[in-house]
Amino acid sequence: MLFGRLSLESLPLHEPIIVATFAAVVLGGAALVGALTWFRLWGYLWREWFTSVDHKKIGIMYMVLGLVMFLRGFADAVMMRIQQAIAFNGSEGYLNSHHYDQVFTAHGVIMIFFVAMPFVTGLMNYVVPLQIGARDVSFPFLNNFSFWMTTAGAVLVMASLFVGEFAQTGWLAYPPLSGIAYSPGVGVDYYIWALQIAGVGTTLSGINLIATIVKMRAPGMTMMRMPVFTWTSLCTNVLIVASFPVLTAVLALLSLDRYVGTNFFTNDFGGSPMMYVNLIWIWGHPEVYILILPIFGVFSEVTATFCGKRLFGYSSMVYATVVITILSYLVWLHHFFTMGSGASVNSFFGITTMVISIPTGAKLFNWLFTMYRARIRFDLPMMWTVAFMLTFVIGGMTGVLLAVPPADFVLHNSLFLIAHFHNVIIGGVVFGVFAAINYWWPKAFGFRLDPFWGKISFWCWVVGFWLAFTPLYVMGLMGVTRRLRVFDDPSLQIWFVIAAIGAGLIACGIAAMLIQYAVSIIRRDQLRDESGDPWNGRTLEWATSSPPPAYNFAFTPVVHDLDAWDEMKRAGAPRPAGNFRPIHMPKNTGAGIILAGISTVCGFALIWHIWWLAGVSLAALLITAIAHTFNYARDFHIPAETVAETEAERARQLAALKGAAA
Amino acid sequence: MSAAHEHGAGHDHGNGYGHGHDHGGEAHGTMRDYVWGFALSVILTAIPFWLVMAGPIADKSVTALIITAFAAIQIVVHMIFFLHMNARAEGGWNMLALIFTIVIVVIVLTGSLWVMYHLNANMMPQSHQMDSLP
Repeated sequence: MLFGRLSLESLPLHEPIIVATFAAVVLGGAALVGALTWFRLWGYLWREWFTSVDHKKIGIMYMVLGLVMFLRGFADAVMMRIQQAIAFNGSEGYLNSHHYDQVFTAHGVIMIFFVAMPFVTGLMNYVVPLQIGARDVSFPFLNNFSFWMTTAGAVLVMASLFVGEFAQTGWLAYPPLSGIAYSPGVGVDYYIWALQIAGVGTTLSGINLIATIVKMRAPGMTMMRMPVFTWTSLCTNVLIVASFPVLTAVLALLSLDRYVGTNFFTNDFGGSPMMYVNLIWIWGHPEVYILILPIFGVFSEVTATFCGKRLFGYSSMVYATVVITILSYLVWLHHFFTMGSGASVNSFFGITTMVISIPTGAKLFNWLFTMYRARIRFDLPMMWTVAFMLTFVIGGMTGVLLAVPPADFVLHNSLFLIAHFHNVIIGGVVFGVFAAINYWWPKAFGFRLDPFWGKISFWCWVVGFWLAFTPLYVMGLMGVTRRLRVFDDPSLQIWFVIAAIGAGLIACGIAAMLIQYAVSIIRRDQLRDESGDPWNGRTLEWATSSPPPAYNFAFTPVVHDLDAWDEMKRAGAPRPAGNFRPIHMPKNTGAGIILAGISTVCGFALIWHIWWLAGVSLAALLITAIAHTFNYARDFHIPAETVAETEAERARQLAALKGAAA
Repeated sequence: MSAAHEHGAGHDHGNGYGHGHDHGGEAHGTMRDYVWGFALSVILTAIPFWLVMAGPIADKSVTALIITAFAAIQIVVHMIFFLHMNARAEGGWNMLALIFTIVIVVIVLTGSLWVMYHLNANMMPQSHQMDSLP
C-alpha cells in the first residue's frame, strides 16, 4: 500500500545488460556529483543556470538536455542494429523480446520528444529574441518552468530504464496493445506521464514564443521584415499550441481507459482503437512540421549568410512556410492508409500529401537560387546545409512515393518507411541542428568550433547515414517489416550487417562531434571571436557581443530593412556611446525547477499507483504554484553605470580589433 | 496593424518584463455591453432549456440540432460582449487567431467524422454483414 505497485521485483535485476548499464550510470553519476561538489559548482549552477530566466541560458540548457538524451537514444539505436545484425540462423540475438520491444519504443519516444524537441526549442529560445531585438521572451519565468517540465519528462523516461520497464508498444502506443488488457505493467504509464509532463512545458513555451514574436519585435520590424528563422519559429509555435492539446487529450483518454476502466479505445464495450490512431496523428503530423520548420529557417539563415547575399525569394519563403503550417493539418490520414477508410478518403489524403511537397520544393529552389552565382563560403554550417539538400530531397521523394495509397499498401510498416522518416528527420532535423550549433556556437560562447574535428564528424555522419539507411530502403522494397527481432531468411543478414556498419560510422561521427566540442573549449583562445560577427552575418543577433550581455541590447535597435544588421553595417550605423539608462530585467527564481521536481514525483506516484504520494505531491504542486504568485520580488534594474561599463568595454574590444586589422 | 505592434513592442522593451495590464489601448466593455451580453446569454440558454423540458418538438434529433445552433450563437455572444473581440483588437491578431482556430477545429472535426465514418462502415463488421459473408 505504501509503495503501490513498486516492490523489489520491479527492479530489473535479472537483466544483466540493464544491471551493467545501471552500474555504469551510478559510477558516472557519482563521479559527476563528486566533481561538482569538489569544485564547489552547485551554487554556481543553481544561481547562474538552474534558476535563470535568461532566454540565452535556458536555450543552452535545452541544447544540453537534447544532447544528453541524444546519446541515450543513439545507444538504443546501436542496440537494435546489433540485435538485427546477429539474430539470424536460429540465433535469438542478445536481447529478449521484452527488452527489445522497450528499446525500439524508447528510441522513438526519446528521439522525438526529448532530443528533436529540446534541440528545436533550444535554438528558438536562444536565437529568436536576439533576432527580433528583444531583451528576453515575453514570460521569462514561464520559459524556465517550461524547460524544467521538459526535463521532468526526460527524467521519468530515464527512470523507467532502472525502475520497472518502459512501454513495449512502439512510439505512439497504439491501443488496444497499450490498453490495460495487453499492457498491464507500468511501461505505458511511464510513457503517458512522461509525455504529459513534458507536454506542459512544450505548450507553454509555444505560447511564450508566439507572444514574444508578435509583441516584442524591435520598432520597424514589420512582419515582412522578420528574419526567416523567426518566421518559421512563429509558425512552428502556432503548430505547437494548436496540436499539443490534441496529444494531451488523447493521452488523457488512454489513461482513463487504463486507470478507471473507461472504454474509449478498448476492443469491446463500444470502444474504438481506430479513434486513438486518428486523434494521435492529428497531433502527430503537425509534429513533424514542428520539428522541420525551424530547421528550414536555420538553413535559410545559413544559406543567406554564407552566400553573402539576401535570401532569394524571401516572401515566397514566408508564404511557403505559412502554407505548410495550414496544410500540415490536412494530411494526417496518410499514416494509416491501410486501416481501411476506403478509396475516397485515401485519395483525398494522398493528394493533400503530394500537395504539401510543393511549398517544400519551393523552399529548396529558393536556397538553390540563393547559391546560384554566389561566392559560397564552405564553412561547416554551409557544408551541413548542402548535405541536407542532397539528403532531404531523396527523403522527400520517397515520402511522395509513400503518399500514393496503393504504393503505401505495399510499403506500410516496412523498413522502407523507417528509411524514409529517418531520411527526413536525420537528413533534415539532425543535420540542421548541427548546422545551427556550428553557426550559433560562436555567438553563444565567444569562440568558434574547431573545423577539423567538425569535418571528420560531418563525413562520418553523412556517409554513415547512407550506409545505415540505404539497406533499409532495399529491404523495405523486398517486404521486410519494422520492429522485427529475429529473422528466418539468411540472405537478409548482409543488409543488416551493412546497416550496423553504417551505425558504427555514425557513432564515430558523434564521437568526433564530442571531441570537436572538447577541443574547441580547450583551444578557445585560438578560436576566439571578438567581433561578435564571425560569419559576416545579416540578422540582429550578430549585432551584439559574443556572448551577448544579459540585457542583449543596451538600446532597442531600430529596423529599416530585411536583414537588419547587414543594412546597419552598410549604412555605418554608429554604436550607442552614451545616455545609458537602467535596464529593467526579470529576476531569477527557483520556482520553475521546484514545480517540475514536484511534478516528477507526482508522475512517478501515478505510474506506480502510490496514491497517497500522488495526492500529497499534487497538493504540494498547487500550493507551490499559488505561493509563487505572491512572490512580488520578480524584477530588478541593471544600473546605468553597469550598462555603460559593459558597453564601453565592448567599444574598446571593437576598437582594438579595428586597430589590429588596420 | 503594424503601427499597433510597434507601439506594443516599444512598450515591452521599455520595461522588459511586460506587465500584463496594457491591452494596446483597447477599452474594456461598457456597462451597456455587459447587460446586452448577459441578456442575450440568458435568452440563448433559456430557449434550449425550454425546448428540452417542455419538448414542443417531437423529433429529438431536431431538438439537438437546434440546441447546438444556440450553443454556437452563444459562443459568438460571449466572444463579442465578454471577451471584447472585434476585428481591431490587438492589431487584428485576435481575429487572425480566431480564424485560424476555426479553420483548424473545422478541419479536425469534419475530417475525424468523415474518416471515422468510413472506418466504421468498412472495418466494423455489423451482424448483417457477418451473415452475408460466404
